[in-house]
Amino acid sequence: MAVTVRIPTPLQRLTNGQGEVQCEGSTVQTLLDDLEQRYPGIKARICDEQGKLRRFVNIFVNEEDIRFLQGDATAVKDGDEVSIIPAIAGG
Amino acid sequence: MSHVIGLKCRECGRLYPKEVIFVCEYCFGSVEVDYDYDAIRKVLTPASFATRPKSLWRYRELLPIEGEPTVGLTSGFTPFFRAERLGDALGVRELYIKDDSVSHPTLSFKDRVVSVALTRAKELGFDTVACASTGNLANSVAAHSARAGLKRYIFIPADLEMGKIIASLIYQPTLIAVEGTYDEVNRLCAEIGAKYPWAFVNINIRPYYAEGSKTYGYEIAEQMGWRVPQHIVIPAAGGSLITKIAKAFKELKLLGLLREAKTKLYCAQATGCAPIVNTIKERSDIVKPVKPNTIAKSLAIGNPADGYYATKAVLDSGGAAESASDDEIVEAMKLLAETEGVFTETAGGVTLASAKKLIEQGIIPRDESIVICITGNGLKTQEPLMNRLGKAAQIKPSLASFESTLADQLAGVPTRGTRR
Repeated sequence: MAVTVRIPTPLQRLTNGQGEVQCEGSTVQTLLDDLEQRYPGIKARICDEQGKLRRFVNIFVNEEDIRFLQGDATAVKDGDEVSIIPAIAGG
Repeated sequence: MSHVIGLKCRECGRLYPKEVIFVCEYCFGSVEVDYDYDAIRKVLTPASFATRPKSLWRYRELLPIEGEPTVGLTSGFTPFFRAERLGDALGVRELYIKDDSVSHPTLSFKDRVVSVALTRAKELGFDTVACASTGNLANSVAAHSARAGLKRYIFIPADLEMGKIIASLIYQPTLIAVEGTYDEVNRLCAEIGAKYPWAFVNINIRPYYAEGSKTYGYEIAEQMGWRVPQHIVIPAAGGSLITKIAKAFKELKLLGLLREAKTKLYCAQATGCAPIVNTIKERSDIVKPVKPNTIAKSLAIGNPADGYYATKAVLDSGGAAESASDDEIVEAMKLLAETEGVFTETAGGVTLASAKKLIEQGIIPRDESIVICITGNGLKTQEPLMNRLGKAAQIKPSLASFESTLADQLAGVPTRGTRR
């Protein structure tokens, strides 16, 4: 078992076209590190130079926005689903 | 002929071709349409407007389509008028209403963005359109796609007002009511859009869609006689309209159609969902998402995509922000109706109530020109008004019943003398 990470279309070029990948980690932060190990270059798209999440990136753990949880320190465990989603216009 | 150069990232400035691209691959910034303004300046002169259609397409050169417009040919160019009685009630000298509550065909400013989005979607070869919506966008996509002969999937939060649900269903889209907030609908649609080859107007063709809002700003400037107000109060959900009105005024100045474009922009939200207002008031660097709780469902977006840009546009202009409680929203809806004969939806109540507070606080001066942006129609959001408006006087069909029931009001009213 591992954590399922859903990859948004603009980043799928870095995951060989896969919309979903499996990663390991105990928090969102370590999960993103593992994602970078598997798909080099992807973290720089999601995080800025200081390693902070870019402001137009939304990350959800099991459908909940991590800004309502503990941000990138939010815990993840096997079987969780994590979505990376660009900011979306309103309507 | 098109004057679109391409798409450009609003964060890092990277350039992209004018295709189905909505987010920068490198920094996740949203991309925006870039135009050849030198070419536009040659054709878009004040005199040229005399013969143009009375619709949003009169600003066609500044809209991101390649060929001729094919959707929304009757949308836009809504009423703009001096609001004397409301101005008196608020104690201000020069007040105007820009009234998109009567936009054709679906009674909100969303007809503007959808006209552009669907014209572009057809150009890009889509046969199916979709959207995530708090109601008005749903109505507009449903109606325009029906007329354009496109297949349509509309996603809404399940708890929307009945008027907004009916005003989508009548066009027979596939309507999907999601058990969750708008922000959850939006996240779901991002995932659906990544899987199915549809034009999600507010997601994958958003750069084109969003440009339609500029026409609200162009119209204000043109209807004021090619000038802009000193103050403009704008409702915010995702925050896009504020940024696009600012862009519209800037473009008209750049093109020489406006001599000055110094307008202070004010952001209005419901107190129960005010992430942008909070950011502006706190001068914060972070737009903190919220869980919405307000009767203004069309503005109930807790995670506003354009929050940063709206904040910047307001602060750069020297403007401010204010929010309104549910009671203040309803009172403002009543005030607008009683003074100006305009029945707006809850979002219009938010805008007027916030404007009233900004005026009372002395933030908007009483002796300068002010525009209030009314973006939707009250017939769609009747629930909050139930039991808030009094009742009709019910009588028997007889003169006696009329006179006894209304005795208080009729006392002292002169009658027409002896009946012949």
